[in-house]
Amino acid sequence: MNQAQSFPRSSIGKKFLMAITGLMLLGFVLGHMIGNLKAFQGAEKFDAYALFLKEVGKPVLGKGDFLWMARLGLLAAVGIHIFCAVSLTLQNRKARPVGYKKTAREASTYASRTMLWGGIILALYVIYHILHLTTGHAHHDFGSSVYGNMVAGFKQWPVSLAYVIAQIALGMHLFHGFWSAFRTLGANNPNRDKKLRAIAVFLAVAITAGYLSIPVSVMAGIIQ
Amino acid sequence: MKLTLHVWRQKSTSQKGAFETHVMDSVSPDMSFLEMLDELNQALITNGKEPVAFDHDCREGICGSCGVVINGRPHGPQRATTACQLHMRSYQDGQEIWVEPWRASAFPVVKDLMVDRTSFDRIIQSGGFISVRTGSAPDANEIPVPKVDADKAFDAAACIGCGACVAACPNASAMLFTAAKVSHMGLLPQGQPEREQRVLSMVSTMDEEGFGSCTNHKECQEACPKEISIDYISRMNRDYVCASKNKG
Repeated sequence: MNQAQSFPRSSIGKKFLMAITGLMLLGFVLGHMIGNLKAFQGAEKFDAYALFLKEVGKPVLGKGDFLWMARLGLLAAVGIHIFCAVSLTLQNRKARPVGYKKTAREASTYASRTMLWGGIILALYVIYHILHLTTGHAHHDFGSSVYGNMVAGFKQWPVSLAYVIAQIALGMHLFHGFWSAFRTLGANNPNRDKKLRAIAVFLAVAITAGYLSIPVSVMAGIIQ
Repeated sequence: MKLTLHVWRQKSTSQKGAFETHVMDSVSPDMSFLEMLDELNQALITNGKEPVAFDHDCREGICGSCGVVINGRPHGPQRATTACQLHMRSYQDGQEIWVEPWRASAFPVVKDLMVDRTSFDRIIQSGGFISVRTGSAPDANEIPVPKVDADKAFDAAACIGCGACVAACPNASAMLFTAAKVSHMGLLPQGQPEREQRVLSMVSTMDEEGFGSCTNHKECQEACPKEISIDYISRMNRDYVCASKNKG
């Protein structure tokens, strides 16, 4: 086996793929959050933005073509990210078949220890979110207005609660994941470490707060 | 000092182990942790029982032989200290202490608190060497080495191979050990000819030995008696990716 074949099989290779796909997904999550904030500009602007996403690339691309390319790209990134996560987790479990009676955690964080669970919550959430606001299968009153679907959905408190839990999980996943990705890529050094931690905190807080603001505003009646 | 000690006892690799409790009535706070275990063993031998097996050699904190997990912490609670240099004054009178061996499938328990760390030796064998000319020794300082690189290489070379990083890691990963060994040669001019093959071989052996992977918890850095930084792991990742690209 040459090195090009053994790279993705090695633990560092899988971590490398997780870091790259993780950063790609972070890019999507950031863009999606900024786009969603148009909810505060009212139904007209929000629906116009939703239509724009379908028509990007016109007239070269047909309606929805860009959207499907983006979806396939994201699906591939998610697939690789999950495959590597499962593979590395199994390797880690196998590496310590007998655990300790006493454990003392001195340096790890709650976020770093719950990456797997955060990831599972997010994977389930993504499935629910697509069924809820993209296809409408999990929506109680799905119509043609994207804005209307969103407001009607978030007016139900269990739905909003599910979104709030998922966004908090996302924030914690990003807090450790962003900083950890740069370490894995070898792009970290002692001078950059503090800055990367600060950016991780900023991104985690900004993205979580940005997303949370929408269901919270609907519940509070700010978005109607 | 009075202490209640729960010590892991295991007859051999294949047999199941369990904790055994011993109450020690007169532990001196000036004893090292290993001297306290010596006292326990003396009492066990006097009573005709099997003494607790544990690894130790220099008892000066430099050989890397000793190492047990004490109340969940490899080498105990004191920073930058091996178990032999840890003193009982770090504990309180009446305290309960749990003593366990390193837990990793790549470190099978030989007996009681002793583990087999030859997996580390195999990682070293796969790449921990440099090419040298045979013949008379070269002049000292013949090859200039930048001070910064020399310092970094020396910090990595401080690794004594005790295995505390693996023991502390929630994933039983040997990344800190391997990174230290890769870096201490990779940072020096003498280590350049094999630099790429070294990182590829050592990482591949590390994976084959059944160690876990790094998720950047930083527990290894905290447990390392030589305070080796996880920055070396980042450096090894970079080296590995570059070597893979060049050798791909």
